[in-house]
Amino acid sequence: MLNQKKYTIIIILLFLAVIIAALFNISLGSVNIPIEEVTAALFGLEVEKDTWRYIILNYRLPKAITAIITGSGLAVSGLLMQTLFRNPLAGPYVLGLSSGASLGVAIVFMGASVFGASFATILLSEWSLVIASSLGSLLVLFAVILASIRLRDTMAILIIGLMFASLTAAIVSVLAYFSPASQLQQYVFWSYGSLGDLSWDEVFILGLFWIVGILISIGSIKNLNSLLLGEQYARSLGTNIRKNRFMIIIATSVLAGSITAFAGPIAFVGLAVPHLIRQIIPSANHITLVPAVIFGGAILMLICDIIAQLPGSEFSLPINAITSLIGAPVVIWLLVRKRKFNF
Amino acid sequence: MNSEDSNIVLKTEDLSIGYKKKKKEQIVATNIDIAINPGELVAVIGVNGAGKSTLLKTLSGIIQSIDGDIFIDKNKLSETEPDKLAKTISLVLTEQLLSKNLSVMELVALGRQPYTNWIGRLTKNDLKKIMHAIKLVNIEDIKNKKCHELSDGQFQKVLIARALAQDTSLIILDEPTTHLDLYHKAYVLKLLQKLSKETNKAILFASHEINLALQLCDKLLILKEKKALFGTPKELISSNALNDLFPEHLIQFDKESSSFKIK
Repeated sequence: MLNQKKYTIIIILLFLAVIIAALFNISLGSVNIPIEEVTAALFGLEVEKDTWRYIILNYRLPKAITAIITGSGLAVSGLLMQTLFRNPLAGPYVLGLSSGASLGVAIVFMGASVFGASFATILLSEWSLVIASSLGSLLVLFAVILASIRLRDTMAILIIGLMFASLTAAIVSVLAYFSPASQLQQYVFWSYGSLGDLSWDEVFILGLFWIVGILISIGSIKNLNSLLLGEQYARSLGTNIRKNRFMIIIATSVLAGSITAFAGPIAFVGLAVPHLIRQIIPSANHITLVPAVIFGGAILMLICDIIAQLPGSEFSLPINAITSLIGAPVVIWLLVRKRKFNF
Repeated sequence: MNSEDSNIVLKTEDLSIGYKKKKKEQIVATNIDIAINPGELVAVIGVNGAGKSTLLKTLSGIIQSIDGDIFIDKNKLSETEPDKLAKTISLVLTEQLLSKNLSVMELVALGRQPYTNWIGRLTKNDLKKIMHAIKLVNIEDIKNKKCHELSDGQFQKVLIARALAQDTSLIILDEPTTHLDLYHKAYVLKLLQKLSKETNKAILFASHEINLALQLCDKLLILKEKKALFGTPKELISSNALNDLFPEHLIQFDKESSSFKIK
């Protein structure tokens, strides 16, 4: 139990790091704003230039909050999947959840031309985007779960995830073929991933879904720990396996689905963050892992976003490319260095 | 006799075990009648495929019985709620753990899950029970190690400590001595004997170590093809129940030394 105290300190440090990363994230961009001015604006104090206040409150603050929500949500859903599927390589992207969500979004964006115009007016609102995307990821997750019950082999589960990814990609390209250029462009831009295009209303909706997903995850901590022993032990400890699995599926679908709807399919965060955190906190106890992964995901996403903005320049890169550029080498490095994932 | 009867931990009546596959029943063993009292160490012995694991799974509620009744602490097993069952039976299985990245303390602490609150917070009482379990199996020196750093023998002791921490009246172990050398086999079984006497818990385990079991156990359940015999080692030996357990042209039971010998 001695370690527990050490871990608590690390979690507090991670939380502070989130705040610092967020301040830098808001401060850096095409226009660099000094940190003091950022904090002043956030606390409602006098700021040197009015344009700075405008940029911070209407553009950079919602973007930073989106980054925090996206990073933490994806990382937590990655952790849940890794425990649920008994597989260190599981994550929302790898298991095809993001692809499922993409399919939902593609139907919303491009379905109009295929299914008719009246369909489009019902579909084109922020809520429908989230719901379609969540349903898409839920669909894929259920299929993967069904497969995982039949096949106990963890490798097979990953391959099925990959198959679903290419299946949904095929359906999306069929939809794209029949869509006019403007709608196709809308979808393509969405698929690059972006944290910055969200209005306060959209951030609010995303935040609502995030809170639901995170609360269910926190409620599952005890059962996740019993799952570390394996299903038969968990059952002998009074864990309701079916209900528990269902809750975890709902939490991951809501998190991965809503995030993908607003920020696009973002790769590797869900897979890499739990492993990075395990490097710092060598524990399997979800009471420490869940908060640490929430903060770790937020930090990684804020940093990726800073890089994507290319501070001082006019350009910004697609966020999806940055997370892959950072995430893929991290996973390779972990694999090569440890030879085996310590779970 | 009556006073003993009233606190029987585990009792089965005319129990049949097996698997149900698409309405087709595959019966593995029938007519199992056992009664285990507090503080008794009982071994389930049988050749491969005789139904040892099936029996343990049935008794712990993982699979359903084909026929007959099981009573745990006088309640019908089939009518016991899962959370109450978790406070009555604890398991030590051969199933691989998902994660061996837990420390010994953390693993033993998981035994307290049926008693902790919604997020699994350990109270002072829980910690006391955990430390007591660790002390009982004598693993204080390795309590801060990770499970993947342990030898098979040490790890088995940790799993037993976890079951003890669950504080149940019955502990069921599935082949607790596989993968262990002769010394550790004897050590683990001797430990189980000591624990059953010190904690007054009933301990039931499946094993192939019939020679050791005959020396250490209070009672044995012998599973033969479609026949189950239950009794003390003495009773079983005097009724010649052990003689035809294995094909007699190769292994024979020697009454004088109470052990099996190769012919």
